[in-house]
Amino acid sequence: MSSFKRWCVKQSTALLLILVCLLMMAFLSVETRSFFSVKNVVNILEANSYRLILAVGMMCAIASGAIDLSMGSILSFSAICMAKAMKAEWSVAGSIMLSLALGMLMGAVNGSVIHLTRINAFIITLATSMLYRGLSLIATQGIPITKLPQLFREIGCGDIFGMESGVTMAIVITVLLIPLFYHTKWGSYVMSLGGNPEALKRSGVPIGLYRVSVFVLTGLLSAVAGIIVTARLNSAEANAGLSMEMDAICAVVMGGTAMRGGSGSLLGTVVAVFLMGLIRNGLTIMSVSSYYQQFITGAMMLCAVIIAEMRERRTRIG
Amino acid sequence: MEDLILRVTDIRKDYGHIQALQGASLSVKRGSITAVVGDNGSGKSTLIKILSGNIKPDGGSIQVGQESYGSLSIKNAMELGIRTVYQDLSLDNYKNSFENIFLGAELTRGPFLDRRAMKEEAGAILERINVAIPDLEEPVGNLSGGQRQGVAIARALRTPGKILLLDEPTAAMGIHESHSAMNILRSLKEQGMSQLIISHNIHQVFDIADYIWVMRLGRCIAGVATADTTPQQLQELILSRENQEVQ
Ligand SMILES: Nc1ncnc2c1ncn2[C@@H]1O[C@H](COP(=O)(O)OP(=O)(O)OP(=O)(O)O)[C@@H](O)[C@H]1O
Ligand SMILES: [Mg+2]
Repeated sequence: MSSFKRWCVKQSTALLLILVCLLMMAFLSVETRSFFSVKNVVNILEANSYRLILAVGMMCAIASGAIDLSMGSILSFSAICMAKAMKAEWSVAGSIMLSLALGMLMGAVNGSVIHLTRINAFIITLATSMLYRGLSLIATQGIPITKLPQLFREIGCGDIFGMESGVTMAIVITVLLIPLFYHTKWGSYVMSLGGNPEALKRSGVPIGLYRVSVFVLTGLLSAVAGIIVTARLNSAEANAGLSMEMDAICAVVMGGTAMRGGSGSLLGTVVAVFLMGLIRNGLTIMSVSSYYQQFITGAMMLCAVIIAEMRERRTRIG
Repeated sequence: MEDLILRVTDIRKDYGHIQALQGASLSVKRGSITAVVGDNGSGKSTLIKILSGNIKPDGGSIQVGQESYGSLSIKNAMELGIRTVYQDLSLDNYKNSFENIFLGAELTRGPFLDRRAMKEEAGAILERINVAIPDLEEPVGNLSGGQRQGVAIARALRTPGKILLLDEPTAAMGIHESHSAMNILRSLKEQGMSQLIISHNIHQVFDIADYIWVMRLGRCIAGVATADTTPQQLQELILSRENQEVQ
């Protein structure tokens, strides 16, 4: 098989989703006047930048045979600490550093506990998601921290290339992840953590280090998403990012990455995030109640998973 | 004293109330092919995992060359020249042949994987040991059992080692493949590589091994030179009820 053909087979879910996206866009531009404007496309990108950042992180976690249910909570707590720091006259740069460091720290805690106890990542991150969310509530007493410095808002959602800076951040992160995930030892080991961790260990690879690094990455990306969300809202709140990890999981799975890990599709994840954004946007401009969004997204995910599983059974690996 | 590459003395390992190894002792002469036979659950794989550094024994000692150890880590074992083909083959089904062969020791150019170089070198190793894999880019999960064993053996032979541990390396192979695998082991022996091979195939054991250890209930109950015994006698040893300790 030629390597291009192999790539197409591997990315068939992503390619299928691209087709769905195109159909959806064609439909929306025929049905509505306002869809196909630069402004609206920019709108979609801006509204989904942080979702993409969360989703590509989640993709790495799922490819490693794990999952990170605490991403939304990390987003919230790191953002709250950052906002508090700025309120306490810390420099904006210092506060942002703090949030990134805290994100990585919370991720490292997740990863370390999972590695040391060998308990399922699902259970551990479910617990820490409540733990971190609890810290957010305790720290704020439920009161949002608002009126953040102008410089911070410039960084978090200021204008770059005519779009909010979050879009650029999301693109840079995704583009950096392509070589990291597909062409370095790190990416290869992360996938083997999902494929056969025992084999990886027997090859002399310190699997704990890689296990932890995946969660440090998801923690870091959660914090980055937190910066964007906080800047857009001009407010850090305890319920920020609530259940956002679920949207991320949905996008990853819809994009063709199997929950059991072993491999992952970055392209599929990106396209799935965009498609979900497209659906939300389309329903909004067609003035369909947002209550339908959940239903439609759910139905699409169900179809995507069933299609993926059917194909998997035909070309069974393992 | 004979020239031993490996000597295991009184190794014990418990899994809860299951005593997988209860004081097993055996030795491997330098340059020999030594076989271990025994019923299912007699502790053969456990012994291999201890020698490859995967599990720590509860007691006993392992002598490799001149040095003696209470236990080995995976890294130790590798550095000592111990190479292992595991019973479960230890392959990542989602990775292809050359990625599996280089797992944990990937070739890189700068920070990036050098897939072309790995593919080339893996192809050369596979060719050298006569394993035919039509498409090196196919995930190993889609290969046949024999091809998968070929990949696992190729990985063990990627870098030069001193002693090769094989846990039923030909169980899934056809007559042809298994025959060529035996030829590989023979030629490795000619190159001076000592081997410890686990097999349920008495025929194969007589065909290739210089020495045979019989394991039963976590102990090595007999060690014999192939030349001094017959398949009939070996069968009786494996089936024997009494715990005759022969050293
Ligand atoms: N991880 C484990 N946990 C608990 N018990 C184990 C474990 N691994 C092995 N055992 C037990 O230890 C005993 C020896 O197992 P081992 O795999 O070494 O046998 P074996 O001789 O390789 O058998 P086979 O010929 O079937 O491969 C068995 O009773 C097995 O059930
Ligand atoms: Mg066994």
